[in-house]
Amino acid sequence: MTVEAPDAPDDLRVTRVAGTGVAVRGDDVDTDQIIPARFLKSTTWEGLDEYAFYDNRRDDDGEITGDHPFDRPEHRGASVLVVNENFGCGSSREHAPRALRRWGVEAIVGESFAEIFADNCKSLGMVAAEAPPGVVAELQDLVEENPEAGLEVDVAEERVVYGGNEVDVHVDEAMREALIQGVWDTTTLMRDALDETREVARDLPYVEEVG
Amino acid sequence: MSDRTLYDKVWERHKVRELPNGQDQLFVGTHLIHEVTSPQPFAELRERGIDVAFPERNVATTDHIVPTDPETRDDRPLADDSAEQMLSALEQNTEEAGITFYGLNSDRQGIAHVMGPDVGATQPGTTIVCGDSHTATHGAFGAVAFGIGTSQVRDVLASGCVAADKSDVRRVEVTGELPDGTVAKDVILKIIGDLGVDGGVGYAYEYGGPTVARMAMEGRMAVCNMSIEGGARVGYVNPDETTYEYLRGREFVPEGRAFDERKRYWESVGSDDDAVYDDVVEVDVDGLAPMVTWGTTPGQVAPVDEPVPAPADLPADEREAAVAAQEHTEVTPGEPIAGHPVDVAFIGTCTNGRASDFRQAAAVVEGHEVADGVRALAVPGSTTVKRTLEEEGVDRVFRDAGWEWREAGCSMCLAMNDDALRGDERCASSSNRNYVGRQGSNDGRTFLMSPAMVAAAAVEGAVADVREFDTGGVLR
Repeated sequence: MTVEAPDAPDDLRVTRVAGTGVAVRGDDVDTDQIIPARFLKSTTWEGLDEYAFYDNRRDDDGEITGDHPFDRPEHRGASVLVVNENFGCGSSREHAPRALRRWGVEAIVGESFAEIFADNCKSLGMVAAEAPPGVVAELQDLVEENPEAGLEVDVAEERVVYGGNEVDVHVDEAMREALIQGVWDTTTLMRDALDETREVARDLPYVEEVG
Repeated sequence: MSDRTLYDKVWERHKVRELPNGQDQLFVGTHLIHEVTSPQPFAELRERGIDVAFPERNVATTDHIVPTDPETRDDRPLADDSAEQMLSALEQNTEEAGITFYGLNSDRQGIAHVMGPDVGATQPGTTIVCGDSHTATHGAFGAVAFGIGTSQVRDVLASGCVAADKSDVRRVEVTGELPDGTVAKDVILKIIGDLGVDGGVGYAYEYGGPTVARMAMEGRMAVCNMSIEGGARVGYVNPDETTYEYLRGREFVPEGRAFDERKRYWESVGSDDDAVYDDVVEVDVDGLAPMVTWGTTPGQVAPVDEPVPAPADLPADEREAAVAAQEHTEVTPGEPIAGHPVDVAFIGTCTNGRASDFRQAAAVVEGHEVADGVRALAVPGSTTVKRTLEEEGVDRVFRDAGWEWREAGCSMCLAMNDDALRGDERCASSSNRNYVGRQGSNDGRTFLMSPAMVAAAAVEGAVADVREFDTGGVLR
């Protein structure tokens, strides 16, 4: 069976993200780089904005060097992050996209994403769009050379528009639909099917009692 | 599209319905909970006035932040305030929800991915999720098991389900006779080296073939555990007699006629002989040598006795990363990694923290003291593993050779407790990730290898070839 999308409030729908960009270069940027494990020691989500790329932004004495794109004044307020291959690999920590989000990132365009990371982006209503290496290189050059340039990530049309140019990107179908429909928070949606869930559970030989 | 594989069968049996975005709503047979990725979901459910839907399908333990120092292990509150808050939250949340919790004072406590199999909660034909990327470990039993994010933990608590996309299935056919001195860890490091750290993105890996069939459950777990390091969120092995005999007699496993009945289900979920795969790759382990990582991703790996590749010899798109990695690890390209100095030796984790891992290492440790200046930590993956080894006297072998024999936890794999590298220490590690900063120091260097190889490194004070030690056939 399939279920119709519930009517989501308009403020949950994510159809486009527009703003300036920031590039973080390199393949296989793991979630330990995005937020080191020691900052996961909290029972809340507070303070995460300070921790995005924490160690990469600092020298051996713990001082911010100012060299990291996240510290460059021209990238302050950027909302589109442009990255390379296998971004967000490693640990499943949702703190990683949350830290980026708190810093200001609302959409990420990259060559490819680790699956759990992309799932976590979706859970937060955050866009992760894939683009071929050539397009990513073009966008990274653009935001570095012209940080004022505006970018628009169009989720529904799967394209990035900038300075009169338009390039195709790919947004995974499940993410695209979830964002457009505004149903990326699936907790209530799935809980609505408790009865059907119990039926499935009862048919499983290893589930002895169904609460 | 795959058909009649274990993955397909288990998926279909657990599918509740299709969601509006095209994903499937899947029933979760077992949800493993730990202290790092659960406080926020429980708090959010409380805010929304939602209770835990199927408390009996959840099992919780504490692993990431627990102290492993036997001296301070029982001190409450924990010396680390934030760790104490997380542990207290889990104690309170599980008690309120009526969820089984193996806490610090439980003899079942351990790393979630060691504890599940210990108690037999990990079974074939089940779906298992946990807010931890190494959940594929449980796939060794023929479960469809994968790591989820914290919001998905909230989903599972509230609905007993997870929203998921079905992956393609790649059969990884492992053939050949594992040579003396090599184990499952070497196999998975080779697979990741061959297929790449993102080669598995979009795939569930089905490991099979004669080499996997001969592996004990611990070896299969080590292989499945590191699927995520190869980009695959799911990794599994079809269950067989080795699986069933491992499970017989464990706490969560039924006995007598109920066992036979359960076993019939287990037997029914394996991939059919004529199953269809989206992709098949063959990996031949004949002549395999112990593998050691030389860089800062698990895919930057080479046999211990072969030259570390010069970046110029690598494919163009890997060169830049290799240069940066070798600068960090200070290995010499063109020379074997054997002989590279080591300051710390660490055996444990959800990859290699099981009883047989320590037994294998003990064959090297016995009669060989830890080299001067090397800090050596043996951290059993669970309290069950620790007690088992202590009953066998394996702990004495480690202690007598100068190792610290610790309490169970994730420890120096990710250094969320006090077990961390200091400064630019170099660590021979049986863990799964060599990312920069992973072991708690941004300048620290991690070299991934099998537990017996870590033991050899501890003896030599440098990366060493375990095949040069007399291990009495334990590594055969």
